[in-house]
Amino acid sequence: MNNTGKSVTRVDAYDKVTGRTKYYEDLMPKDALYVRIKHSEIAHGYVRSIDTSAAEAIEGVVRVLTCFDVPDIPFATAGHPWSMDPSHQDTADRHLLNRHVRYYGDDVAVVIAENEVAAMQGVRALKVEYDELPFVLDVQEAMKEGAPQIQENSPGNLLKHTSAKGGNYEEAIKNPDLIKVEGWYETPTVQHCHIENHGCFAYEENGRIVCVASTQIPHIIRRVCGQALGRPWADIRIIKPYIGGGFGNKQDALYEPLCCWCTSMMGGRPVRIDCAREETFVSNRVRHAIRFHIVTWLTKDATIAARKVEVFSNQGAYASHGHSIAAKAMGSFAQHYPCPDFESDSYTVYTNRPAAGAMRGYGMPQASFADESNIDDCAKVLGMDPVDFRMKVIMPKDYKDNFSGNVNYFDSFRACLAKGRELFDYDRLYKEYSGQTGPLRRAVGVATFWYNTAVYPISLETSSNRMLLNLDGTVTTQCGETEIGQGADTAFAQMTAEILGLKSYRDVHVVSCQDTDITPTGLGAYASRQTYVAGFSIRQTGEQLREKILKHASERTGQPTDDIDIEEGNIVSLRDGNVLMSLGELAKIVQYDPVHSEHITAESTFTIRSNAYSFGCTFVDITVDIPMCKITVNRALNLHDCGNLINPALAEAQVHGGMSMGLGFGLSEQLLFDPKTGRVLNNNLLDYKLSTFMDHPRLEAEFIENPEPTSPFGTKALGEPPACSMAPAIRNAVLNATGVEVDMLPLNPHNLFRRFKESGLIGE
Amino acid sequence: MAQYQLIHFTLNGKPVEKYIDVRASLTDVLRNDFSMTSVKKGCEVGECGACNVLIDGECYNSCIYLGVWADGKNIRTLEGLLGPDGELSDIQQAFMDETAVQCGFCTPGFIMTAVEILESGKEYSEEELRKLLSGHLCRCTGYENILRAVTKVMKQRLKKS
Repeated sequence: MNNTGKSVTRVDAYDKVTGRTKYYEDLMPKDALYVRIKHSEIAHGYVRSIDTSAAEAIEGVVRVLTCFDVPDIPFATAGHPWSMDPSHQDTADRHLLNRHVRYYGDDVAVVIAENEVAAMQGVRALKVEYDELPFVLDVQEAMKEGAPQIQENSPGNLLKHTSAKGGNYEEAIKNPDLIKVEGWYETPTVQHCHIENHGCFAYEENGRIVCVASTQIPHIIRRVCGQALGRPWADIRIIKPYIGGGFGNKQDALYEPLCCWCTSMMGGRPVRIDCAREETFVSNRVRHAIRFHIVTWLTKDATIAARKVEVFSNQGAYASHGHSIAAKAMGSFAQHYPCPDFESDSYTVYTNRPAAGAMRGYGMPQASFADESNIDDCAKVLGMDPVDFRMKVIMPKDYKDNFSGNVNYFDSFRACLAKGRELFDYDRLYKEYSGQTGPLRRAVGVATFWYNTAVYPISLETSSNRMLLNLDGTVTTQCGETEIGQGADTAFAQMTAEILGLKSYRDVHVVSCQDTDITPTGLGAYASRQTYVAGFSIRQTGEQLREKILKHASERTGQPTDDIDIEEGNIVSLRDGNVLMSLGELAKIVQYDPVHSEHITAESTFTIRSNAYSFGCTFVDITVDIPMCKITVNRALNLHDCGNLINPALAEAQVHGGMSMGLGFGLSEQLLFDPKTGRVLNNNLLDYKLSTFMDHPRLEAEFIENPEPTSPFGTKALGEPPACSMAPAIRNAVLNATGVEVDMLPLNPHNLFRRFKESGLIGE
Repeated sequence: MAQYQLIHFTLNGKPVEKYIDVRASLTDVLRNDFSMTSVKKGCEVGECGACNVLIDGECYNSCIYLGVWADGKNIRTLEGLLGPDGELSDIQQAFMDETAVQCGFCTPGFIMTAVEILESGKEYSEEELRKLLSGHLCRCTGYENILRAVTKVMKQRLKKS
């Protein structure tokens, strides 16, 4: 392998360090009108009327549009591939602007103005009258009889309930020798906090709408915009430039449909919607807060006999990705720690919180927190070292999940734990730190996770790719999978160079921007899918291009195709290794042939019908300051088996970012809600405690490279996995340090104080 | 007060003048009036550091600095960091080499703060560097490779001098 497995520099690094990279706002037409959104100032109710006269009188205000003006078309926003089966389609439960407002911050009107100040003044001048209704923020409260009804088509606020069973749980727990370990584990509402807020601009061109958007999923957004506006899908053209992070928030139709509608209402004049940070926190998407109830039944010889898991997922006001998250979380348990008899139920429940959608990990950081906390509780009850207990009960080698077809070919959990144990000097530290009694205590903690790669078989998995041999012998490649900061373009360049036998990934030009008029249809960045799924189409398209190249080369050189190959960008003879011609020479000869001219190109689609387990774990070393209720993470190590690495340096960087997100989830991040009004109290980067440079320890990333058998390049999921196991590792270290189970994230002073006090660690 | 005011300042080594909206932040002036699009908007209230520029050698969040205050000042943005023949500065090269760049949105601000740190000519401990860089938020990198890049150039420059 010449081009993959190497830590080459990102293809977009130069432009990014010189500030030349263009994000949507850097491409803004000078004459774009400003669209500012009026957000509801109640958590639940109906808009009775909107007085627009004062707003319209402001100089610079061009037009006011309200929830009474929008088409009566409910639409779904989730960035899922479309399903031709209506029962698998996402829930269409919102309008472009909503008369029935369902959370504090819902969209009720827009002011369109020539400048930003007028648009903002216009929004403030709108007089909205509401018929207010009671609201509910908590899942258990929302499930009670008589709770406020949030969505007309979901009685009892239940979006969906699913179950999974194995064996006979009720029968199994009758065994009187079993040890019961029960807990409630809870994760908060958090937000993605990509540094570039979501935004977009739209205009009409030849009767069609062009929308340039900060999105992860351009082709899906086109479909959603078409549906929301009631127009043919190809009437919409979505262009995705570079984006400043997404993490799942931009795996949803955010304000693209509203922006497209606004330009259509303005005769096609360019309009822009730019979310302020405060809006990003409330009126985009958030991570599902999930409450888990786990009952584990252990045998005396430390095996798991039976397990029951209940998952209560706070959907917020609109379905967005909906039950997919809770279902994925629920599905993780029985595979992570298989046991003969188990029961699981998951409930996704509407509340009057902001809509929850996709966020890095898609339910798994929540599930991992609950599962791994409970497993440490079990180890404690058994008096076992938590790593030893995991080694005994975790997913065995060759375990196969019959639904996804995934197999634990290499016993990866145990390999990761064993390597981590050694690298972290865990056994020595675990002993050394035990039995501390002072106010400052150190401890180590461990947690594991597994993750699927892509979404097969739940949804369609497809990838399309186009390649063109340029006249200088370089290759241009294009696919629907998107660069959102993770480094996908660089991996695609490396894989393309590898398949074609080019000298360097620098001989591949990746068209980074997706344009739905030009780019082969694809699905975008989510589900840690891109390197895996694009690998299939890049290999297939590359092989087709290679075949064409060799056919032409054979014609021009008189050598049979079996006797020639492409090496380092040249056509070489396999008999003597001599260079016959360069790819550039061949491309020029063929292109400029006066009789039979051809540009050498290939394009294909691959339908992926496989999935792959990705595995890993986190080890942390922390200090707990008991009187201060403060945790300092001294050291953190993540280990991953994500298959082969296309680019080890980029893989390591991905892991750092995921660990960082896990650190914030574990220690400090949460959106706070005013119980009196339902308003988010800390929707800014000062009061929302995103981890800073100073909150981080050195981050260490290690890999075990077991090539994934189903994957063309041996790869599997890495984008989301690193965010999954940090929070429970810290929680388990706190347990080891203090003996106290803190089962509510974040592990901030508030939650630690409450638990330390309840446990008598801190006096009255 | 008039809505527009003429200001003169030095931008990346070149004297410039412009009538600007007196209400505009320096971020908007640099982006809209001078096409300095490396100056990014992440919060517009001085929380994230994406709009950071050097004013008379000192780092500021340009989003909470009025454009009119720039009058008479020497302002440097990331665009001004390239050498006369388009060569990268050592800190830009280090950000590339250390994989300190992901989505790239916080990068310009971080590099400008790194420039301020490096131009001080001082040697800082890891803890001090973390504090000096903590005015910038990044969601992609966990800051690890950014620390590596800044530390590397700091050591290189100290060795040379």
